[in-house]
Amino acid sequence: MRIIGLIIVVVTGALLIYAATDFPAWSDPASPASTYLSPYYIEKTMEETSVPNIVTAVLADYRGFDTMFETTVIFSAGVVCFFLLRIPRREEPEIRYYRHVLTGVTIQLKEGYKIPPSADFERIDAVWTPPDLIIKTGCRILIPFIQLFGLYVIAHGHHSPGGGFQGGVILGASIILLAISHDLRTAVRRMSEKLIAILCAVGVSIYAGTGALCLLLKQNFLDYSALAGVLHVDPITARSHGILMVEIGVGIAVLATMIWIYNNISSAGRYRQGL
Amino acid sequence: MTDLISTVVAKYNYWIYITLMMIGLYAMIAKNNLVKKIVGMNIFQTAIILFYVSIGVKKGATIPILEHAHGHEHHVVHAVDYINPLPHVLMLTAIVVGVATLGVALALAIRIYNNYNTLEEDEILAQIREK
Amino acid sequence: MIWPIDLAILTLVVIASIGALMVKDLLGAAILFGSYSFMMCLLWSIMGAVDVAFTEASVGAGVSTVFFVAAVFRTSRRTKD
Repeated sequence: MRIIGLIIVVVTGALLIYAATDFPAWSDPASPASTYLSPYYIEKTMEETSVPNIVTAVLADYRGFDTMFETTVIFSAGVVCFFLLRIPRREEPEIRYYRHVLTGVTIQLKEGYKIPPSADFERIDAVWTPPDLIIKTGCRILIPFIQLFGLYVIAHGHHSPGGGFQGGVILGASIILLAISHDLRTAVRRMSEKLIAILCAVGVSIYAGTGALCLLLKQNFLDYSALAGVLHVDPITARSHGILMVEIGVGIAVLATMIWIYNNISSAGRYRQGL
Repeated sequence: MTDLISTVVAKYNYWIYITLMMIGLYAMIAKNNLVKKIVGMNIFQTAIILFYVSIGVKKGATIPILEHAHGHEHHVVHAVDYINPLPHVLMLTAIVVGVATLGVALALAIRIYNNYNTLEEDEILAQIREK
Repeated sequence: MIWPIDLAILTLVVIASIGALMVKDLLGAAILFGSYSFMMCLLWSIMGAVDVAFTEASVGAGVSTVFFVAAVFRTSRRTKD
């Protein structure tokens, strides 16, 4: 297999190098990629949408249909991970491990017996390390600021690099940090599985719902100037607000999908213990 | 001959991008371990994204965020001052789809490991042939 | 567009990608992949693609590396390849 792989790679590389001699020189302002359609986007974005960040305006307004299906792809990836890995709870009786806090003795209870929550016994995972106070306290202090920064990135996507995807991933990463520094059980108690699945679908439907709202207001699908009547502003500012609404939808969908995929992969579907 | 040398030196970036793509392609075909194949797939994807993003660079231009946007009225914008934003838009979609594919591929690898108890491709094929 | 920095980081990127594919420890491969992702992000911010660099920094060097480490934790860590 290695020799076949080597031959294929060398032949493809030679073909690509032969084709690359025809490419325009690097960073040439007159190359065909820079003179065909992008001058229109650069010059007309401020007049038509009043959003200074050209990439956000093109992503959410001029090419908004593309972004809607990308959000659907990310939602379906979360659903596929759930279907591949999740094992329902009733298949095997649960074995619980408890640890006496004062003496350090570990107890194993089979067949689903449990001790009611008390101050003497704490529940631990099968693979257990003593909790580190510095990591737990540091992450507890840091997570609200990470979430605040994620919300800032979503809201400020019009004027600085950022937008829906980046902010959504940062928000999802804050909950993943909670699951890594504490238990997976603590993070699931904060954001339950049902809430994450519903949030994922709500994000996609906010995006499609904005487009359908524009359709109901007698314009094209995802043509945000139809929102001028609803929001009582002129059509150019209505496009800016429409971009903000779909970015919020994208952010919610991405946040929920990242947490969902992490929960399923790190517990291999059982939701008993994480990393 | 000097023409060939100058062509080779001027387009050095394309040779390195092609090298990265071929490293990723070789890993996807020839490696035995499934996780190494997935790493090769991601190297291939990011190398292609690098190639596309490098097309949009212009000499002496700034990032594609309009300056003096809300201040002056009708400030004339020249397209030659800003780099091409269109490849960035397409590659944003590509990166997010790449991470979705990575999640699904790792879920499949965990299921295969639960069934066959190994991640090496030749051992899995031998176990399948025995059945 | 400063070409010495560009060439240096491109060389580091190629070395990190070859390293991620040759180590025998899958956890080491995941960490090297994270560093490869981070240097790609640097490369794109030098070229002026700030949105793409932001996305790659959060998605590639953040969440993607965590997925790899979680998957390696659930399967085996050694490989003969």
